[in-house]
Amino acid sequence: MTRTQVQVIERILAAVPIMLGVVIFTFLFMRMIPGDPVDIMMGEAGGVTLEEMDFLRAQFDLDKPLPVQLARYLGRLVQGDMGYSIQRARPVKEVILEAVPATIELALFSLLFALIVGIPLGIASARRQNSLVDRVGMTVSFLGISMPAFWLGIIGIIVFSLRLGWLPTSGRITYGMEPAAITGLLTLDAVITGDTQALKDALRHLALPAITLGAGVAAVVARVTRSSMLEALKTDYVLFAKAKGVPEMVVVVRHALRNALIPTVTVVGLQIGTLLGGNMIVETIFGWPGLGRIVVDAIFSRDYPLVQAAVMVYALTFVVINLATDILYTYLNPKMTL
Amino acid sequence: MSVNIEHADEIKRHAWDSEAYPIGRPVPTAYSRPWSGLQSAWDILLKLMSHPGAVVGGFVILAYVICAVFAPYIAPYSPDEVSLTERFLAPALTGLHPFGTDQLGRDMLSRVIYGARVSILVGVLTIAISMAVGVGLGLVAGYYQGTFDKIMSRFTDLLLAFPYLIFVIGMMSVLGPGFWNLILALCFKGWVEFYRLARAEVMSQKTCEYVEAARALGRSDASIMISEILPNIIHSILVLGTLRMGNMIVTESSLSFLGLGVPPRIPAWGSMVSDGRRYMLNAWWVATLPGLALVILVLAINLVGEGLRDVLDPKLQEGQ
Repeated sequence: MTRTQVQVIERILAAVPIMLGVVIFTFLFMRMIPGDPVDIMMGEAGGVTLEEMDFLRAQFDLDKPLPVQLARYLGRLVQGDMGYSIQRARPVKEVILEAVPATIELALFSLLFALIVGIPLGIASARRQNSLVDRVGMTVSFLGISMPAFWLGIIGIIVFSLRLGWLPTSGRITYGMEPAAITGLLTLDAVITGDTQALKDALRHLALPAITLGAGVAAVVARVTRSSMLEALKTDYVLFAKAKGVPEMVVVVRHALRNALIPTVTVVGLQIGTLLGGNMIVETIFGWPGLGRIVVDAIFSRDYPLVQAAVMVYALTFVVINLATDILYTYLNPKMTL
Repeated sequence: MSVNIEHADEIKRHAWDSEAYPIGRPVPTAYSRPWSGLQSAWDILLKLMSHPGAVVGGFVILAYVICAVFAPYIAPYSPDEVSLTERFLAPALTGLHPFGTDQLGRDMLSRVIYGARVSILVGVLTIAISMAVGVGLGLVAGYYQGTFDKIMSRFTDLLLAFPYLIFVIGMMSVLGPGFWNLILALCFKGWVEFYRLARAEVMSQKTCEYVEAARALGRSDASIMISEILPNIIHSILVLGTLRMGNMIVTESSLSFLGLGVPPRIPAWGSMVSDGRRYMLNAWWVATLPGLALVILVLAINLVGEGLRDVLDPKLQEGQ
């Protein structure tokens, strides 16, 4: 095995205890709630005898000591059982799996927006440092960093949906236009089935939420790309390529950008945390039927098994994405040690 | 700056020249008077004055703080004064209600002014607590390393595995809405960054000669940490603190927006925006103006933060 491969495997092994820690931490944390799930469940139903409550407690292992509860919980988790949603009276796993495609679709398009806007903006600013383009670009990205998603989303709705009437205010797609479900990502399904109407409609629904969620990330990407491009443009090999008479666009893209993208990759990996957190806000504003909105609903209906599982899913996703970023980074930059 | 001419050579050897450590940084010799703090604060202020963004930001923050502190004297109405005959009055800058009124006829300007209180208090308190806890633990962990450091590192790794907003939302769902619960939830993870920064800086300072010298003079560990090392690392910590304060305020508003922040009876910008969502079509000002107040404050704080970074810690780079 090469040194890089060894490093990658080491890094994966190091992530395992963290993931286990995340699971245990969320479990213990949710046990801090006053009253147990059975109290909460029965508080809603009412008219239940104490014997029945004890029976339910035994069903959920709540009568056993905490370490036993934890061990059983982990055991069930390994088998893919994430508990039972009190409010929805369904297995948590089903509820989450149903919501995940919507969340993934939104996150992917936000990321796409962030990269499409952020990277060219960063390059343009770096090529003409202190020019008008640079100043405007950096001012806009400074605004983007300071702008809370919930406010940007509301401005977007007021301007583009309510005033101009260009875009829908909420939902993923107009009712009745859904393409045949294949992947669960509506845009992808529409492309596969060749349903251009559905694709257009899904994209119109996606535009505002994706821009709202991606704006902050785009701003960070632009700033990082700019500063690493500035550095790359000053290197000897770029100067040499220019001196050799290589056209400027080729120098910028082939020679400078390749190296400048390494820090961008790292920052994008870190910004995934912002995307995951922001999606609760954005999904709430735009009535987007994804995981974030389900969590917010679940919090208000005190559906703790669902909240616990969702927080865990978010954290584990974050760990996995950070891991993937690290690995990608090793391949982009073999000199770097993890 | 308390540069002691007699030790100029030693200063040079440490490369504590004015370029690497621009201004105000007390010169770290075992003989320098610790905490020449006041003077260096004055230096920092003077230097910031030449940074236009920081000056603008500073004045905006000052205005907000004055509004927050003297809200009862500045706000034209009580933020809770309901007037059902004056519902949804549009903003009229010269009228009785410059920012208009909301769904209960409450004066928006007064509510926005009172809303500054929660945001500023949360920003200042969470950063102060996170900084104190993080820097305290970071000093100890970086100075002694060993078992404590190892345990702390594992714990911080665990906390960092949670995206910030998700962690805070999860915690608020357990604790329930409330001002102190909010502070607790925000600080529970907020200290980690300060801890990491302080720890790393202490580890790099520990081997410097001024620390060795202090040790040779028989100073206690606590005294070395607090009066020798801390003054030398405080600048980068202050920069981080300022840059994070904006984030804290945005997070607080986001939670209030979701209904998980301060209780609804306290006027907060996030919950005002959330209330206004229902009336966006006919009364845009209810949802947008409190958010605008928030954006301007966060912009101002970030401007000062970037100014401070340029002045104090040019090494701190983008995205770190």
